[in-house]
Amino acid sequence: MDEQVMVHKVNQIALYFASYPREEAIPGIADHLLKFWEPRMLRQIQAYVAAGGANLHELVPASVRLTQRAPA
Amino acid sequence: MTLVKEIDYGTPAATSEVAITLQIDGKPVTVPAGTSVMRAAKETGVSVPKLCATDSLDPFGSCRLCLVEIEGRRGTPASCTTPVEAGMKVTTQSQKLAKLRRSVMELYISDHPLDCLTCPANGDCELQDMAGAVGLREVRYGYEGANHLSEEKDESNPYFTFDPAKCIVCSRCVRACDEVQGTFALTVKGRGFASKISPGDMLFLESECVSCGACVQACPTATLTEKSVIEKGQPEHSVITTCAYCGVGCTFKAEMQGNEVVKMVPFKDGKANHGHSCVKGRFAWGYTTHRDRMLKPMIRKNITDRWQEVSWDEAISYAASEFKRIQATYGPDSIGGITSSRCTNEETYLVQKLVRAGFGNNNVDTCARVCHSPTGYGLKTTLGTSAGTQDFDSIEQTDVVVVLGANPTDAHPVFASRMKRRLREGARLIVIDPRRIDLVKSAHVEAEYHLPLRPGTNVAVINAMAHVVVTEGLVNEAFVTQRCDLAAFNRWREFIQDPRHSPESVESITGVPAADLRAAARLYATGGNAAIYYGLGVTEHSQGSTMVMGMANLAMATGNLGREGVGINPLRGQNNVQGSCDMGSFPHEFPGYRHVGELSVRSVFEEAWAVGLKGDPGLRIPNMLDAAVDGTFKGLYIQGEDIAQSDPNTKHVTAGLAAMECVVIHDLFLNETASYAHVFLPGSSFLEKDGTFTNAERRIGRVRKAIPPMAGYADWEVTIALAKAMGYEMDYSHPSEIMDEIARLTPTFAGVSYDKLERLGSIQWPCNEKAPEGTPVMHSEGFVRGKGQFMITEFIATDERATDRFPLLLTTGRILSQYNVGAQTRRTPNVEWFDEDVLEIHPWDAENRGINEGDRVALTSRAGETTLHARISERMQPGVVYTTFHFPGTGTNVVTTEFADWATDCPEYKVTAVQVRRTMHRAAWQENYDALREQTTIVGAPAGGAS
Repeated sequence: MDEQVMVHKVNQIALYFASYPREEAIPGIADHLLKFWEPRMLRQIQAYVAAGGANLHELVPASVRLTQRAPA
Repeated sequence: MTLVKEIDYGTPAATSEVAITLQIDGKPVTVPAGTSVMRAAKETGVSVPKLCATDSLDPFGSCRLCLVEIEGRRGTPASCTTPVEAGMKVTTQSQKLAKLRRSVMELYISDHPLDCLTCPANGDCELQDMAGAVGLREVRYGYEGANHLSEEKDESNPYFTFDPAKCIVCSRCVRACDEVQGTFALTVKGRGFASKISPGDMLFLESECVSCGACVQACPTATLTEKSVIEKGQPEHSVITTCAYCGVGCTFKAEMQGNEVVKMVPFKDGKANHGHSCVKGRFAWGYTTHRDRMLKPMIRKNITDRWQEVSWDEAISYAASEFKRIQATYGPDSIGGITSSRCTNEETYLVQKLVRAGFGNNNVDTCARVCHSPTGYGLKTTLGTSAGTQDFDSIEQTDVVVVLGANPTDAHPVFASRMKRRLREGARLIVIDPRRIDLVKSAHVEAEYHLPLRPGTNVAVINAMAHVVVTEGLVNEAFVTQRCDLAAFNRWREFIQDPRHSPESVESITGVPAADLRAAARLYATGGNAAIYYGLGVTEHSQGSTMVMGMANLAMATGNLGREGVGINPLRGQNNVQGSCDMGSFPHEFPGYRHVGELSVRSVFEEAWAVGLKGDPGLRIPNMLDAAVDGTFKGLYIQGEDIAQSDPNTKHVTAGLAAMECVVIHDLFLNETASYAHVFLPGSSFLEKDGTFTNAERRIGRVRKAIPPMAGYADWEVTIALAKAMGYEMDYSHPSEIMDEIARLTPTFAGVSYDKLERLGSIQWPCNEKAPEGTPVMHSEGFVRGKGQFMITEFIATDERATDRFPLLLTTGRILSQYNVGAQTRRTPNVEWFDEDVLEIHPWDAENRGINEGDRVALTSRAGETTLHARISERMQPGVVYTTFHFPGTGTNVVTTEFADWATDCPEYKVTAVQVRRTMHRAAWQENYDALREQTTIVGAPAGGAS
């Protein structure tokens, strides 16, 4: 997926969950990614976060890290 | 097989619970109060002669043929307009009545051509039948007097003729147009002998007639007759089936001569349509035998090669070997499939089974991705199930109708007619739509409130309505306390009552006057049973899922769920969108909306399908295209979809397709996507196979084979063959066996079988032990998820915004006579109404740009440019332009962008920032399209082609 498109998509998800308290939003975003993002997309965002995660909504890095800890 | 003739009871059924007993010709009969004498007689098996009466219309009492005698009453009252009374003694046959009826018939026949033997209605003419029934033997008045026999025929409509010489002015056509269709296009012009039926002093084709066929069906003579009947004669048998157009799912009788369709007639016992139809289902079935149908399998190695016709075996084995090669080269996840909302449940089920079990991944998706996927997400999250809450009949109990982002008179015309009938009876209407759709003001229907919001501001509007409900004390506290999660509700209440959501605060964002919005919200909350009907104007936004949840919040807060007359009702676009979603077409869900990651569910399918299954979600359609461009997705089996025309950002779609090594198209026609295909498998139309469709009200209806598959195989058989060639056996001899498997594996379908469908006609899921005959209204005793879940729905403006460069907002949609990508309707005479996509533009915007009606204009967005002709229209608000996507050469989706719903990737078709300017030339894309199309659709000897 084009990197810019990916960043836009994940930020949109984060913007939705940002209405919830942080302790709910972060697992909410992670759960959404695990439920709906195919593994190669998940790997792409995980790698992007690991590489610094430019232009991501501030909730995204923590959420993405949570997807790495969750069982596949 | 025989011709199915429904009984005509003459007048509509009465619904009273009070029973009345009377005697008809000495026989006792008990019927509901309000029943006509005519209908009561028919229920005892006694047919009273009639001409102006038919049970789809209110009694009229004009023909004077249905006269009866009633003991103790003077004269001979018309049985159609006389209601039954307790103890009434009715005589339907006597010498006096016979003489009166004969005299009436004499008058009719004295002004009627005596050409019965050559008349197209011969064998299906009520006038002829009545002449026989009353024993007409002579016409004492002769035939030389003043008459209407030289009146000119109107043959302008492509589907039916109007022959006034044969008209008896019974007004059935006028009343059908008024009462059933609600268009009021016909009238009786003149008085007495000069009376004649008129579509408003113009030809039918030029009139307001929408060609629904109700008048043709109601006509008791050959005055209004299908041209196909004139050409072919009367049918000899009927096959009851379900329409393959929109999500209303009308039941039709395919009336046949051998293997040839003579006409499609709406079936009176059809529970979705109750005998009504629209121009598409009724008349636009000619595509099924159109010369463009591709009936031979074809292959080619490269998309620039000519297509080579091959045997079925060769095509299937080539496709399978290519898929296997690709998987061996690029990995098991490098291929996938797309199911079709135009195919049956059984076919859709098999495609997703092929992908999950045969391909060994979850890369399956469906066209609901681009239409109602947010409905699935939003309603499942809030209520617990991915479907509308009501049946269509529910509208009859509705007091306040909210039409939100939908245009039912064009896209769901048969349901729109029922809605209009309810509105004429007094229900009140709120329309929330950027456009002034027909429902805002049409014959005898007017919206009390039209909230013409700016595209992209749905969530702000729904939040503001909820704000009014909460802050003005209009919450149905008892409902919320009993039925909903209170912690979630309290949090939502705190969120929604914030002043930033007030109508006044959002007025500058939405463009909706705060006072109107407040009044509409009050009406919704306090006007009685309030029901929301919505369409793609809700879902096809970056906040599509949020908006669906916002509507659910509003409905729960006001208690407008769980009973007749209320609810949240998605108007599904295609005939089997609901079914394709139910059948597990999404990459994250098995049939019945259960996530592939749920081990307990997955193991059930693993055991039934005798194969290990993956627990990770697969790729959605846009993700498949992204992965193709990235080089990791190389093969795709597409059954009955045309993503190169229907999906957004054509440039990206076609780049993805062009990057694949094996695209298999399974379709009726060489569609736009086929330009990028390597294998073509001929599809079968809905007339050529058995199966089921599920409509927008969760109603599972039978599709019955009327003719053999023209290319030899029904689609489900082709998928089985492909699976087998891939090394995965599927063993079914009939679609009923597929449905049996669906029922075994899907709790909401547990009670569904072909036998039960035969017995009940249709079934609304859930159908299981708790609801053995189905469920018309969902959530009646509690929400499927347990407690209703209020969700926070913050308005977040789309990133697609009008700018100096692209100052207008484009929104796209459909029109009545064309359907979706137009593959079917473009190949019918429906093109006489609409033969090109046009750009609707407000006069101010047109004037600012020097654009006149009919000018070619360039429509440009950041994604691309196309051209089309302008139509100046005040249906649009200034700043908003509108077009359709029915014609591939228009390239509407060249202009739409990759922006999509945050939760489901449903494209934001409804908001694209554009500029419009006059131009003399077609766009470069259009020129390239023509060349590509010409190059990629040649069928012939291979030029270095596949071998």
